[in-house]
Amino acid sequence: MKSWFSSGGLTKRSQVVNAVTLKNTFDRRSVLIGSVQGGVAALLAVRMGYLAIAENERYRLESESNRVNLTLIPPRRGWILDRNGSPLASNRADFRVDVIPERLSEPDAMIEQIGSLLKLEPDRIADIKQEVAVSSGYQPVEVASRLNYEQFAALSVRLPDMQGVVPQRGFSRFYPIGPSVGHLIGYVGPANAEEYAEEDRNPLLVTPGYKIGKDGLEKQFEKELRGTPGARRVEVTASGRIIRDLETREDIQGDPIQLTIDGPLQDYASRRIGLESGSVVVMDCDTGDLLCMASMPSFDPNSFSDGIGSVEYAMLREDERVPLRNKVLQGLYPPGSTIKPMHCMSFLEAGIDPEESIICGGGRRIGNRFFRCHSNHGRVDMNKAIAQSCDSYFYHFAQQVGFDRVADMATRFGMGQQFPLPVGSQFYGTVPNPSWKEEKFGRKWEPYDTVNASIGQGYYLASPLQLAVQSARLATGNIINPRLIMDDTVSKPPSYNFGAQEIAYIRQAMSDVVNGAGTARRARLPIEGVELAGKTGTAQVVSLSVSDGRSGPWKYRDHGLFVFFAPFDKPKYAGAVVIEHGGGSGSAYPIARDVMTFLFDPQKGLDALRELEKQWGGTAQERLEKRYAAYAAERGATVTPPPRRDEDIFDQVEAEARLAAQQSEAIADDVIVPREDQTASGSPPPDATAIPGIVGARR
Amino acid sequence: MSAQRSGIIPYPIARQPWGMLIPLFALVAFGAAVLYSAAGGSMQPYASSHVLRFGVALVIALVISALPRDFVRLMTYPAYVVVLLMLVAVEAMGALRGGSQRWLQLGPMVLQPSELMKPVIVVTLALFYSSLPNSMVTNWRALFVPGAMIVMPVGLVLMQPDLGTSLAIAFGGGVVMLLAGLPMRWFIGAGAAAAALAPLVFLFGLKEYQQRRVMTMFNPEEDALGAGYHITQSKIAIGSGGIFGKGFNNGSQSHLQYLPEPHTDFVFATMAEEWGLVGGLFVIAVFSVILRWGMGVARASRDRFASLIAAGMSATIFFYIAVNLMMVMGMAPVVGIPLPFMSHGGSSMLTNMICIGALMMVRRWNQNAPKGGLSGT
Repeated sequence: MKSWFSSGGLTKRSQVVNAVTLKNTFDRRSVLIGSVQGGVAALLAVRMGYLAIAENERYRLESESNRVNLTLIPPRRGWILDRNGSPLASNRADFRVDVIPERLSEPDAMIEQIGSLLKLEPDRIADIKQEVAVSSGYQPVEVASRLNYEQFAALSVRLPDMQGVVPQRGFSRFYPIGPSVGHLIGYVGPANAEEYAEEDRNPLLVTPGYKIGKDGLEKQFEKELRGTPGARRVEVTASGRIIRDLETREDIQGDPIQLTIDGPLQDYASRRIGLESGSVVVMDCDTGDLLCMASMPSFDPNSFSDGIGSVEYAMLREDERVPLRNKVLQGLYPPGSTIKPMHCMSFLEAGIDPEESIICGGGRRIGNRFFRCHSNHGRVDMNKAIAQSCDSYFYHFAQQVGFDRVADMATRFGMGQQFPLPVGSQFYGTVPNPSWKEEKFGRKWEPYDTVNASIGQGYYLASPLQLAVQSARLATGNIINPRLIMDDTVSKPPSYNFGAQEIAYIRQAMSDVVNGAGTARRARLPIEGVELAGKTGTAQVVSLSVSDGRSGPWKYRDHGLFVFFAPFDKPKYAGAVVIEHGGGSGSAYPIARDVMTFLFDPQKGLDALRELEKQWGGTAQERLEKRYAAYAAERGATVTPPPRRDEDIFDQVEAEARLAAQQSEAIADDVIVPREDQTASGSPPPDATAIPGIVGARR
Repeated sequence: MSAQRSGIIPYPIARQPWGMLIPLFALVAFGAAVLYSAAGGSMQPYASSHVLRFGVALVIALVISALPRDFVRLMTYPAYVVVLLMLVAVEAMGALRGGSQRWLQLGPMVLQPSELMKPVIVVTLALFYSSLPNSMVTNWRALFVPGAMIVMPVGLVLMQPDLGTSLAIAFGGGVVMLLAGLPMRWFIGAGAAAAALAPLVFLFGLKEYQQRRVMTMFNPEEDALGAGYHITQSKIAIGSGGIFGKGFNNGSQSHLQYLPEPHTDFVFATMAEEWGLVGGLFVIAVFSVILRWGMGVARASRDRFASLIAAGMSATIFFYIAVNLMMVMGMAPVVGIPLPFMSHGGSSMLTNMICIGALMMVRRWNQNAPKGGLSGT
C-alpha cells in the first residue's frame, strides 16, 4: 500500500517503470486478485447456505415431487343394464396404446412406426396423424385399443426409443348389441379441451385412455357412471421409468344404471327395421316403462368409442337415411291417420254419439269446398271410420266440434309435449290450432286447415315417442308418462276419467283395424289369445304433383306409421312404428306385428326375422360392417375428416333434424289428398316374403 | 521447512508442499466417493478411473515440477506454436469431416489441444512479459503482441465451438497481463468496452442455444423443461440436501437421473444433495486452500517469469472452480466447464494437474533461488 502512495505522489504522471515498481504492482494486483477469489468463495458459500437452509423446504418438496409420480388409475365405468340386468354397456379388459402429441419429436414417423408394428390400416394411420397434428399437446390421442398380448408386447419392448407413446392395460367400453343401442346409449370418447376446462382441469380427464360419455345416456349419466379414480404412487426416473411402487389405492367402479329397456327386444326391433330407416317404440302400459327405443340405421358405438374414423364418419354423413339421428326423439313426422282414434276420443268427449254416421262419397263437402277421401266408404260410423280410416268422417266431425277442441285433446295426450326423460334432446313437434297459426304465420285458420289437421296432416308433427305415449294413454285412459330408468318411483298414473265404454269402444275399433275389416289385417298376431289393436297411418311429405308417394326418389315417398297396443282388451304393451319414406303404412305394421310377436313368443319372432335377414344380407351389425368395407374400398382416400369435437357432429345432426321436420310444412298450406293405405307397400323390405312364414304359423 | 533438516523424512518427500497436497488428495478422494454414488453405488465406471487418472496426472505434475527454469524458457514459444498448430489441425479435421471436433487422435492417445492451450498461454505470456524491457510495459506493443497471442487460440477454440474453454484461455491470459503491470486504465477501458459490446455479442455473436442458456440463468423456472431444466434440477439437488444432506448414496436427484451430467459438470450438485452444506463448505474450503497456496507461491517468487506463471496457473484453476460453482448454483449460464479434481473427465484432470505441477515447479525454483537477492532476468 505504501508503494501506491509513493508512485501516486510523483509530480509527473509519466511513470518510471523499473523492476521495483513492477514488483510492487504485481504485489498489489495479486492481493486484489486474491481478494476477488476470496470474495467469490464467500459468495459461493453464502449462496449455497441460502439454497440449502433458507430454501431447503421448497427444494425438498420439489425433489419429492420429482421422485414420486402420482398416476391416476381411471375408474371402471359403471355398467348400463337392461331391465333384466343384462348389460347394454359393459367394460372389457384390454391393452391399448396412446400417444401424447407434445412428447413426440417426429409425430408422423412415430405413428408410421407404430402403425406398421400393430399392422393398422392406412386410413386409420392417416386419421391418427391428422388428429395428432391438430390436437392440443396435453391430450392423449388413442392409437389403438383392444390389442392382443403379442401386439402389446411387441410395442412394449421398443418403448425406450418411443418417447410419448403410452401403452397400457385398461378397460374399454363394450356394447354387446352395438348399433341397436347406438342412439339410445351413445358412446364414450376422450374429453376435449372444453370439457377439460369445464371440469376445472380435472387430471383424470387427460389420463391416457380415459373416456367420458359423449352422447345419449353415457353423457346424461356421466356423474353416476364415472366412479372414483384410484391412484398409484411410484418412484420414477426423469425419463419416466418406474423404479418401484410406493402405494396404490384401487379405483371404485361407477354405479350401474338400470334401464327399463328390454335388451333383446331393443335388439330385435332394431334388426327388424332392416333396410328401412325408422324407429320402433314399445312401452309398458302399467308403468310407462320404455321397453324399446330402436332407431335405425344407426352407428356402432363400439367403433365410435375407439374414435370416429374419417371414412366411417363420411359414410354415415352421406347416407340420406341419417344414421346419426336418433329418430325416436328427433324425428318429426306428420302423424297421419294414426291420431284418428285419439281424435275420436275428443269427439266422444264433445258428446258425439259413436253410432252417428255420415255418408262418405269418396270425400265430403266442408263449407263450400269438396275434400276428397282416399276411398268411397259409403255410410260411416266411428268404428268404421277408425277401422277403414275414412277421412270424410274426420273432416266432418272435426269441423263440427271445432279443431281447438281436438287440438286440446291431442295436447293432453302428449302431442307437442316433452316428457321427463334423461335424454339430451327431445323434439316437441306441433299440434296446430287457430291461435298457433295466427301467431306463427299471421294467417287465419281456414277450413282446409281443420281438414288437413283432422287426419294428422298439414302442420301436425309428432315424434315416434309421442305417438307411442298417446297410444298407451288412449289404450288405458290413464296419463302414462314414459320412464327410462328403473327406480322405485313408479306411481299409479292419474286417469283421464273417460267413460269405460268409451275406452272399450275405441279399443274395439282399433282391434278391428287389425282383426276385423280394417286397414292392417296382416298385422294380426300369430299368437293364440293375444289380439293386437292398432291404427295405420300414411303421411305425405310432398305434393301429389311431385311424387305418388310410393315410387320415385326415396325422400319423396310417404312415411309409413303404425300405433298399436296389445292385448286389445287388457292393454299391457303399447307402441309406435314409424318408417321414414316407407311408401305408406304397409311398411310399418308388419314390423309392429313381428316386434309384438317377439315380445309374446321370442322364438316365433326370431324365426320370422332370420328369414328376412337372409334376404337383407345379415344382421344390422353385419350389414354395417360390410357397407363400411365397401365404402372404404371405394371412397377411402377422398373423405373429409369429421369435425374436431364430437359435440359438433351431433349439433349438426340435430339442426338437420329440425330442418327435415319442416319438409311436410311446405305442403301444409294446401289441401292434402289422402292416399289409400290399406295395402302393404312394395318398397323394401318386400314384406310379402315375410307373410308366408307368418301365415304358415297361423295355420 | 523444519522437516528439511530433521532428516527423518527423506528430503525429496519432505520438500513437497504437503499443506496443499493433503487437502488436494482429500478432495480427489471425496470426488471419487461422489462419483461412486453417481454411478449408483459402484466404483465403475467413474470412481476407479477418476482415481487412476489422478494418479497418472500426479506423475505428470511431478515431472513438470522437476523441469529446470532455463528448459522451460527455451521450450515455451515452440510449445505455443505447436499447440496453436494443433488447434488449426483440429479445425481443419473438423472442416474435412463436416462437423465440429475438439480433439486429435495421436496413436492411442486422444489429445484435446484447447485444454493444453490453457497452461501454455500462461507460460507464453509470462515469458513475453519477463523478457520485455521494464520500460516497455506501458507501451502499446506490450498489449499488441500478447493480445494477438491470446486472440488466435481463443478464436480457434470459439470456432469449435467451445465458449467455456475459450473464456478460460482469455481469462488466464488476461490475469497474466494484469499482473505484468499493464496500465490499469487499459483494463478499465477494456471492461467498459466489453460491457458495451456484450449486448451486441449476445444478440449477434452467440448461437441461439447459447442465448437461451444466458437468458434462463435469470429465470430458470420460466422454462423448467427446456433450457432451464439443468439449472432448476441442480438447484433442487443442492437445496434439497439441506445442512447435512440426504446421506451417502441416497441422492434421488442424481440416482433417478433428474440431474443432468451428475458425474461431470454437475458433480457438485450430486455431492451437495448427499452431503449437504457441510460437504459444500468442505469443497469450497479445500479450493480456497489450494488457490491461497498458489497465490502465495506467486508472491513468494522474486522471479518475474516464475511469479507470473504461478499467478496465471492459479487464475486458470480459479476460473474453472468459480464458473462451475456459480453455474450449478444458478448464478452463471450453463457453459460446460467441469469442476477441478471432482468431475469425471481426463482432459480437465490433466489440465488442472499441469497447473498444479507448474505451481510446484515455481515453488521449487523459489526454494533453490538465493534468498533475498535480486534475481531479475
